[in-house]
Amino acid sequence: MKNLHLPIGEEDLRSLRAYDSVSFSGTLYVGRDQVHQRLVKLLEEGKPLPVELEGQAIYYMGPSPPLPGMIMGSCGPTTSARMDPFTPQLLGKGLKVLIGKGPRSQAVHDALKKEKAVYVQAFGGCGALYAKTIVSVEKVAFEDLGPEALLRLEVKDFPVIVAIDSHGGSVF
Amino acid sequence: MSLAKRIEKALIDAARILSEPIHKRIEWARDEEKRLDGKSVGSKASIAVLEAILENLRISKNEWIPMCQDTGMFDVFVDVGRSYPLSHAEIEEAILTGCEKAAKNGYFRPSVVEEPLFGRKNTKTNTPPIIWWSLVEGKNVEINVLLKGFGSENTCATRMMNPTATEEQIVAAVADIVTLAGGKPCPPIFIGIGLGGTMERAAYLSKRALLREVGVPNSVERYAKLEEKILAGVQATGIGAGGLGGRITALNVAIEYEPTHIAGLPMGVSINCWADRIARVVWEG
Repeated sequence: MKNLHLPIGEEDLRSLRAYDSVSFSGTLYVGRDQVHQRLVKLLEEGKPLPVELEGQAIYYMGPSPPLPGMIMGSCGPTTSARMDPFTPQLLGKGLKVLIGKGPRSQAVHDALKKEKAVYVQAFGGCGALYAKTIVSVEKVAFEDLGPEALLRLEVKDFPVIVAIDSHGGSVF
Repeated sequence: MSLAKRIEKALIDAARILSEPIHKRIEWARDEEKRLDGKSVGSKASIAVLEAILENLRISKNEWIPMCQDTGMFDVFVDVGRSYPLSHAEIEEAILTGCEKAAKNGYFRPSVVEEPLFGRKNTKTNTPPIIWWSLVEGKNVEINVLLKGFGSENTCATRMMNPTATEEQIVAAVADIVTLAGGKPCPPIFIGIGLGGTMERAAYLSKRALLREVGVPNSVERYAKLEEKILAGVQATGIGAGGLGGRITALNVAIEYEPTHIAGLPMGVSINCWADRIARVVWEG
């Protein structure tokens, strides 16, 4: 198991290979279907994004409400393939780490290689396990989306498996 | 305890604790993956996924956090005994109340939108539930609720097979649907199959098949054998836990069948994630 910091450094990113087990600590963004659609729409309209994506990680997730005394509810990954139509454009804006579950389109495979970025899988359905890794939560944009809003999380020991690396290696 | 309260409690529990046969089956998958391979990179990753699932279930039960953030859509199957003395409207009221209160008091994610295409406004209550009514013998009411996550629901399918289809073609068609799904539905998966009826009846039967207790085969031997063949066909896809490659892709296959038309063989295939959450309440009339 490799322990790596987020946002990820160039050297760390290039060291990752398909099937590697990694534990992330640091900050990442959270966004799923509606966030992706909105970010890409802003890009197409030539408008600024609410966050700088360069070098960042994004986690495809929509949490359940936190229990009393907790800052985050159940928070496992959602199916990545639904983000496929939007992902190459966001990689083009410098996004470096994608976190979700399940296979990706050929276009995403190609874009990951071209932009030197990685796709990692979180453990599907393991929302309680990931709830324990969340250190802080901040709403960043699109609060009207409720459980689908754009969040910034600080995480500690967040476990993933590398699914597509930046050299074209893949578990699929 | 009122029927509504019993439904609420069963739903809140179901989001946090899997039934014993299902939990045992996940432990079996981990042990079986080790026994059959356990050395290849895919199999090792598969075992890591299964260990994470079991750890997740420990946290979920001990800390009362829903095991998955997708607490699902309430898919409710009501079997009303023909001699049940009270009205259907009372049962319906109890189901609606039980679901709404479970979502609130169980910290379920509001995962339901009020219409599918334009706007998709969240109802914020995780309701309405989907309710299927059946009349059965007896005087009791049995209510089964699937907390149906949509990572797996999005990979379900119906296929209108030819009336001349062979067993092998059925096995191949299911393996094809599972292959297409890959890691999307959070494998290892549970597979419910409906054969016969019409297109929508086969889909309905496939969901009913998911309700049968894991490890209990179809009572008709040739269908029980077909369940085994399909399970073997699905394991051979090599998708594995988490879709990372491995020997155990499915945890169970259950088939329900009914009469159909001479010109057809409708097949519904329902896929559920490993988090096979079912709330069951029997209300005596």
